[in-house]
Order: sequence, then C-alpha cells, then structure tokens
Amino acid sequence: MPMTLNRVAVPVMVDEEKCIAEKGCTVCVDVCPLDLLAIDLLKGKAYMKYDECWYCLPCEKDCPTQAIRVDIPYLLR
Amino acid sequence: MSNIIAEVDVLVIGGGTAGPMAAVKAKEKNPAAKVMLLEKAHVKRSGAISMGMDGLNNAVIPGHATPEQYVKEITVANDGIVNQKTVMAYAQNSFDMINQLDSWGVKFEKDETGDYAVRKVHHMGTYVLPMPEGHHMKKVLYRQLKKTRVEITNRYMATRLLLDEQGAIAGAMVLDTREGTFGVIRAKSVVLSTGAAGRLGLPSSGYLFGTYENPTNAGDGYALAYHAGAELSGIECYQINPLIKDYNGPACAYVTGPFGGYTANSKGERFIECDYWSGQMMLEFYRELEGGNGPVFLKLDHLAEETIGTIEHILHTNERPSRGRFHEGRHLNYRSGMVEMHISEIGLCSGHSASGVWVDEHAATTVPGLYAAGDLACVPHNYMLGAFVYGKFAGESAADYAAGREHAPMDERQVAQESARVLGPLNNADGLPPAQVEYKLRRFVNDYLQPPKITRKMEIGLQRFAEIEADLPYMSAANPHELMRAMEVHFIRDCAEMAARASLYRTESRWGLYHYRVEHPEKNDADWFCHAQLKKNDAGEMSCFKRPIEPYIVALDEEEKDAYNRMRIVKQAAVA
Repeated sequence: MPMTLNRVAVPVMVDEEKCIAEKGCTVCVDVCPLDLLAIDLLKGKAYMKYDECWYCLPCEKDCPTQAIRVDIPYLLR
Repeated sequence: MSNIIAEVDVLVIGGGTAGPMAAVKAKEKNPAAKVMLLEKAHVKRSGAISMGMDGLNNAVIPGHATPEQYVKEITVANDGIVNQKTVMAYAQNSFDMINQLDSWGVKFEKDETGDYAVRKVHHMGTYVLPMPEGHHMKKVLYRQLKKTRVEITNRYMATRLLLDEQGAIAGAMVLDTREGTFGVIRAKSVVLSTGAAGRLGLPSSGYLFGTYENPTNAGDGYALAYHAGAELSGIECYQINPLIKDYNGPACAYVTGPFGGYTANSKGERFIECDYWSGQMMLEFYRELEGGNGPVFLKLDHLAEETIGTIEHILHTNERPSRGRFHEGRHLNYRSGMVEMHISEIGLCSGHSASGVWVDEHAATTVPGLYAAGDLACVPHNYMLGAFVYGKFAGESAADYAAGREHAPMDERQVAQESARVLGPLNNADGLPPAQVEYKLRRFVNDYLQPPKITRKMEIGLQRFAEIEADLPYMSAANPHELMRAMEVHFIRDCAEMAARASLYRTESRWGLYHYRVEHPEKNDADWFCHAQLKKNDAGEMSCFKRPIEPYIVALDEEEKDAYNRMRIVKQAAVA
C-alpha cells in the first residue's frame, strides 16, 4: 500500500558538543525504557530515533556529561 | 530446529518492581538454581518505578496499623470482592519487607526517634510512608540482583508461554527486540511480573505514549497468562485515575494530602472526604465534572511557602520528575494556582484496583508452574510494596516448584506456530504500520469501553476488536523495534477484548466508576457477591464464570461496610 512519512518534533534533545558517544558511551540508549534512542554512527552522537517518549528522564539523569534535555512532548506541553 | 536461547530453572519475565524481588528471592531460596530475569527494557531503569517512587501507599507498620485493620480497609475499598487470604498474606509480610528494603538502603521517612513516619491518606487507617529520596529504588534493586548473581537478559520480550502436554509451564517464547530474532527459553517454572495493561485506552491528548503507566507495560502478562490457560479475575474492575490533565501523571494527593493539599472543584471547595484512589472516589470525581462544578483541581495554593517547597522537592524528583517542567511550561506555580486534573483513560492494574491474573496467597496462578506478582497479579490495591511482597512469594514458590524437576520435552509445533506469528510482520514488506493499528484500536477502547459502561457500546466494541484481530496478520514491521510494537498491539487487543467481555458479564454496578453499568446501576449482592473470572476455554474461546468468595477471615461490621460509599462531603444547610 502507498505510504508517507509524517514529520514530528521529538522531545529529546542531544547537545552534540557534550555527547561522548564517539568514545563508546551508550548510557542513554541503554536506560531508555522504550528503546527510543540510538547512536548515529557517522556522527558518533546519540539522537532520538522514535517518537514514543514517556518523558520519564532516565536518559537525562544518567547521562555522564549532561548532554541531554527532555522536553514535554509538544502534544502535551 | 528451535533456537534455544537458554535453559533455566526459574524464568522471571519482567524486571521492574516485583520481578527483581522474585529473582533475588528465588536465588536466596535455592542458591544452586539457575534464575534468569528477562526484561523488555533494561533492568536498571525499567517498569513503573524507573525513576523511583515517592512513598509506600500501604505500609502496615506495628503501632500504626494491624494486618486485620488493613484487610478490612481493602475489603471495603474494593467493595467486598476480595480473597482476604491474599490480602492478609500481604499485610502480615508488609513490615518485614519494609525492614528488608531499609536494610538494603532504601530511605524511608523517619521521625526524630528513628521510627517510620507514617501518614493517614486512606478513609479508615494509616498506611502511607513517604520516601522523599525514593528516586534511588532501582539502584537498590540492581545491587541485590548483582549480589545474588541473578542472570539478567535485557531487551527481550516474551510473546507466549510454552506449555507441556499436560498444560504445565515449560518455558517461554521470546523476541530479541534489538535483533528481531525469535527463540525459546526452557524453564521449569515462570514468574510473570510484566506490570499493568497501561497502554489500553488512548490518553485524551491523543499521544499514544502519554499514559499514566510506563507505556512499555502493554498488558503483556495478561495476554501471556490468558493464552497459557490461566484464570484472570476482576478485569471489569478497571484502573481509572484522577490525573494532571494532559501530563497524565499522578497529581499526588497521597503526597500532598498529609501536608494539607486536597482535591477541589472549580470553586476551590472540597467535595470528597478522602483522596485515596478508589472507584467510589472516582465516581464522585466524575459526578463533579458532569454536574457543572468542574474542572477538578489539586489545591495547594493555601499552603505555607515552606510546605510547598517540600512538596515540590518530593514531586519533582521522584516517580514522574518531569512534572515540574510541565507546570513551568504552563506557567503554573503551586503558590498561586491550582493544578487542573482530569479522569484518565482506562487500564488494567491490580496494583491500583483489582484487575489481574488470579493468584493464591503463594502467588500461584491456576497454571502449574506459573506464578504472578505485581500490578498484573490480582491482589487488590497492592501497590509497590505489594509487588515486593508478592514478588518474594512468587520467587520462593517458583524455586520450590522447579526443585527436583526435569525440563519438559519441547513441543516443536507450538514453537513453529509462534515463530510464524511473531516474525510475520518482518516478512510483510507491504502492510499496516503497527502505530496506526494501535491508534485505532485504542481509540475504539475509549469510544466503547470508557465508563459509564453501556451494553450496546461494549457489544459494538467487541465487533471492532474482532475486525482489528483480522488486521493483525497484515501488520508490517520495518525493523525489530517496530516488530516489538506490533507484538504489543496483539497484547493490547487481547486486553481490550477481555475488558469488554468481563464488563458485559457482570450485570450490576460495583466499584463506583470502575464498573458503572448504566442499565444495571445498582449493586446486586444476591447475584454478584462473587469474583468474575475469565479464561480461555477448551474450545479456545474467551469465557467468563463466577468464583465464590472464600469466607472472610476478618469480619466487617455494618458501619464499616459502607464507609467507601460515603465519599461525598455533605454540606451543612444554611451556615450563617
């Protein structure tokens, strides 16, 4: 069947200056209960891959370099 | 040939609250046993308490409450429909569990003499013990798992339980949610601790994952137990909560109540006597909204600065810490405004209400070798401490059951059938996106099942759920992540059908709003003072039947029986 992609604003923001994923850190990816984050292998930075956020904050609290900021998803904000 | 991932003595499915406790206690009971904890997320931050908890809602502490008082309170709060033996077993082990957690490093609030500082929130007794530093709960559990050498397997989801020829537990069939591969874990006994069916109704925001419960808790265990032939109970006694509107998290009257906060109508007036969550309380909440006095709010703006500071510290660092930034975004300050609340979408959860997998006082289900604990196990109003206590029972029972037993022969037919079902969406290059199927399914749950319950609507709902069932094989998954969501849609659909059938079966009203049937508005003890059970019958159909209530071990007097039906504040006439 024909498909399309909808653009959505995602609530998890990664400060790429601070993110140390290129050094092998995967803490945020590991702790997300919904498995929504991933590492962009080309950039070596974490990013939000799926828009299924519970705005629960383990990614932000457990990040060793405070590179993550979680907003309330726009639909609820 | 089947892909056998592991062979263990005890398999615990779900590593949130009850699961880690079950795994630790199974290992302590039999240190030689191979115990595996299987988790869909990562045990460090999974489940309902991924960010901790702000307190115990049902602490039975000597000097403040007795097990008998607690059993009475829950019997009345759950409108009489309880197996008191299960509640008593919890109550008698509650204090030992608190001391155990205390010795593991959980910080409870204590008074100047070092005693637990218990507070009153319930209608009758005193059971709430705050944990202002409760955000470290998962760390404490993780340390114990490492210490007892429990084997942890993260990012796997169980899709069906594996049975032997006699219908007893033989293991579980699982999906690696990162790789999209299917396999079998052979086990001599299984503990189910997968939490609530929290992704059932659609939040009014329309955001699929804006649920009260952790949305990974999609009702996996309810469906796993059902397909294994276990009895479920009280499914019609839904979970419906008074929540912060849009944010859909707890407003936390339990936390704020003892500090002087309360639920108020739009005039800022109290209208319910007691903020403890019950169906009876929710019905008064609903009436206030329908009666033109809404919206309903949590009122804190009358409190002293110091008190509000304390409340902010507790609520903005525990359980749902993002609520602080939600309020900030809405320019709400507890000092100057009230928190707008609403009635949540429906879910299934025995931790809050009573809908769950039937268990006895040893956490045994009706399937040999299968145990259940936590939000999915039917021990009414069991909350986090109940999950720990029944986790302990389940772990110990499962270790005993597995001892001296051999693995059952593998039924390759079951495995082949399940493998085809689970991997199907990966092979459908062209098909329905799981998120769209889920959205439609959960919108139907709201349209047809949200109380007040109407017979014709629930019947139409069943038709819609059958149509969705026919759509399920046509889902397409682009990657393992989407495949996990597709399998969750199967669980959610099963739970939706269970909710409709159980609600149609009980032709009376009970538990206030949780089971308010418009055509049968009265409570009918003559016909319905019983458990309503649900299971898959021999023909493979979903069937309901009655289970008599065991004679009470703690009698209620007439005055007490009615206590939770007197929630509404009756105004004194003509106060001058």
